[in-house]
Amino acid sequence: MSKAATDNDRKNRSLPKAATGIQGLDEITGGGLPRGRPTLVCGGPGSGKTLLATQFLVRGVTEFGEHGVFMTFEETARDLARNVRSLGIDLEKLVGQNKLLVDYVNVEPSEIEETGEYDLEGLFIRLGHAIDSIGARRVVLDTIETLFGGLDNAAVLRSELRRLFRWLKDKEVTAIVTGERGDGMLTRHGLEEYVSDCVIVLDHRVTEQLSTRRLRIVKYRGSLHGTNEYPFLIDENGISVLPITSIALRQKASDERVSTGIPRLDAMLGGPGLYRGSSVLIAGTAGTGKTSLAAHIADAACRRGERCLYFSFEESESQLVRNMRSIGLNLASWLKRNLLRFHATRPTAYGLEVHLATFHKLVSDFQPRVVIVDPITTFTNAGTSAQAESMLMRLIDFFKSQQITAVFTSLTHGGNPEHNQARISSIIDTWLLLLDIELAGERNRGMYILKSRGMAHSNQTREFLLTDHGIELKDVYLGPEGVLTGSMRLAQEMCDKSAVLSRQQQIERRQRELDRKRQALESQIAAQRAQFEAEEDELKLLVDQERTAADVVHRDREEMSRSRKTDQPGKARGSRSRRTTLKGGRR
Amino acid sequence: MKRERSEPQTLKSLSTAAAASDVWQLRLYVAGKTAKSVAAFENLKRLCEKHLPGKYRIEVVDLLVHPQLAKGDQIVAIPTLVRKLPPPIRKVIGDLSNVERTLVGLQLRPAKGESDKTIDRREPGRARL
Repeated sequence: MSKAATDNDRKNRSLPKAATGIQGLDEITGGGLPRGRPTLVCGGPGSGKTLLATQFLVRGVTEFGEHGVFMTFEETARDLARNVRSLGIDLEKLVGQNKLLVDYVNVEPSEIEETGEYDLEGLFIRLGHAIDSIGARRVVLDTIETLFGGLDNAAVLRSELRRLFRWLKDKEVTAIVTGERGDGMLTRHGLEEYVSDCVIVLDHRVTEQLSTRRLRIVKYRGSLHGTNEYPFLIDENGISVLPITSIALRQKASDERVSTGIPRLDAMLGGPGLYRGSSVLIAGTAGTGKTSLAAHIADAACRRGERCLYFSFEESESQLVRNMRSIGLNLASWLKRNLLRFHATRPTAYGLEVHLATFHKLVSDFQPRVVIVDPITTFTNAGTSAQAESMLMRLIDFFKSQQITAVFTSLTHGGNPEHNQARISSIIDTWLLLLDIELAGERNRGMYILKSRGMAHSNQTREFLLTDHGIELKDVYLGPEGVLTGSMRLAQEMCDKSAVLSRQQQIERRQRELDRKRQALESQIAAQRAQFEAEEDELKLLVDQERTAADVVHRDREEMSRSRKTDQPGKARGSRSRRTTLKGGRR
Repeated sequence: MKRERSEPQTLKSLSTAAAASDVWQLRLYVAGKTAKSVAAFENLKRLCEKHLPGKYRIEVVDLLVHPQLAKGDQIVAIPTLVRKLPPPIRKVIGDLSNVERTLVGLQLRPAKGESDKTIDRREPGRARL
């Protein structure tokens, strides 16, 4: 019992909402428009009111299973269907399925005469009939103020509109009422007086020839909502609103490391490469290889099977692909496998907010793990530098929140490169600086890591070579005249090589000499041994002869003693002992 | 509750407007029996008797009964009188309490500034100017 009561309390406390299905709008409204109440959407001509309303209805049908009635006062049903078809909305299909009903209300002042009292019960009946016939939960009235042009009696209209909005509430349909923006008022005829639950203003502003669409929630009774102006985009998928400035610093930090595609650079970064989700700034003067380095990172991402989104603001897709082929990167194959996508536009094509919105949209469409923005410096062309700075800040925040490794290139103009980037440097995690090294009539590329948060990175300058098989990083020589690069480094390397060679040769000579000596010694030893063996053989021969002779004497003596019949054992002992003595002498 | 009323012809009208043999078809849209609806119907009947004797048909459409009919004639206000015939379609909204304006609206009488007797049905736009 008490549990049910608390549940009810909670339900009462939070206003029920109807999601619009419009990307971003549901976020800033905290869930959608007030359910069962009318919402006023106003804005100047061409600000996207009708589109927003249409999307609200269509998404209601397709995503939330709520049928809708579109009461249009300006366009015929056919025109409306045709206008939104280019934005991927098939109204006619939904109408055919009885999920959506479009009623065109046309009040033609030229064929109407007014006399006496009247009310707008006809409109109520039409709307009520439409709602009931398809069981609609959502209603759009676009733009009801047109009635003021068709009917003269403004007093009747006002009281009837007031009644209409109350009636809509009683019907418990979630409604969008659009209104044209008026002078000093949100709408020309003060509709905001009647629709007091939720008011959304759309705006289409042009500053410095760049147009930006913005959306703002003026009020939302009984609900928290974002109060900023949010840029929104109208593209082939309709409206998407971007709640950009609501991002807090709550990103998770990943421990995962990703390779840059250049083993030597990974080593400089302490081994495995960059942190996933970190922001990388590649700064350098013109022609130092910023794009090539960025393309390597893109290539490495694709090799890992990750998607990479490449925003190019200076080069077209085909130009980039061609140029990168010359350093051995085959980007075309990644494009074919849909791992890589380019988005090449001029920075001045639209305002910063729209750029930012585009970033958001493309990122949420393509879901890349690595994003490259090449270069970010051009954004100052599309707004003031302060605006560009805040936009980049938000952009970096956005990428971080999405755990996207973001690589920005930045063109520096001489001087101290650190000063040029002072504005955004503080929010960059890894800062690679590419530099020109001019020495002995040569211009070579160098690179060092200016900073890299959270890793033990190298503090060394490396020479940066663009070869036909990619980027190579070489050690530079720190000689008495400073850093040696290019041909001077080669010369130094050659010098070193020859020194090594001569040392090697010397060692080999010594070795040979020793070998010779050993051979001489060994031959001497062999000769002496040969002599000794000859002597030994001779001696052996002598001993044998001697023994044979002794045996003969012994036999003769035995023969003699047999004939004389003497004692046998005494003779035998004497001969045995003599033989033993001989053996010992030989040893 | 669709009521149809066809009044028998009692008097020959002097008006040249109704010289043609065609009958005026008038449709009055109402929403229930409200005071305004009743007044409109009474006013319309009186007016027709006077200016279109015997040459008119009044059809009353109650939108509470036939809401789907509102769309066809683009009905927004109630009551609305629609002149279906002769063409072009003309509408008079309100309780028709102002006879003069009703006649102008039905183009039985030219708009202000023109002669009472001249009625131009064929070019209503110009007549109004």
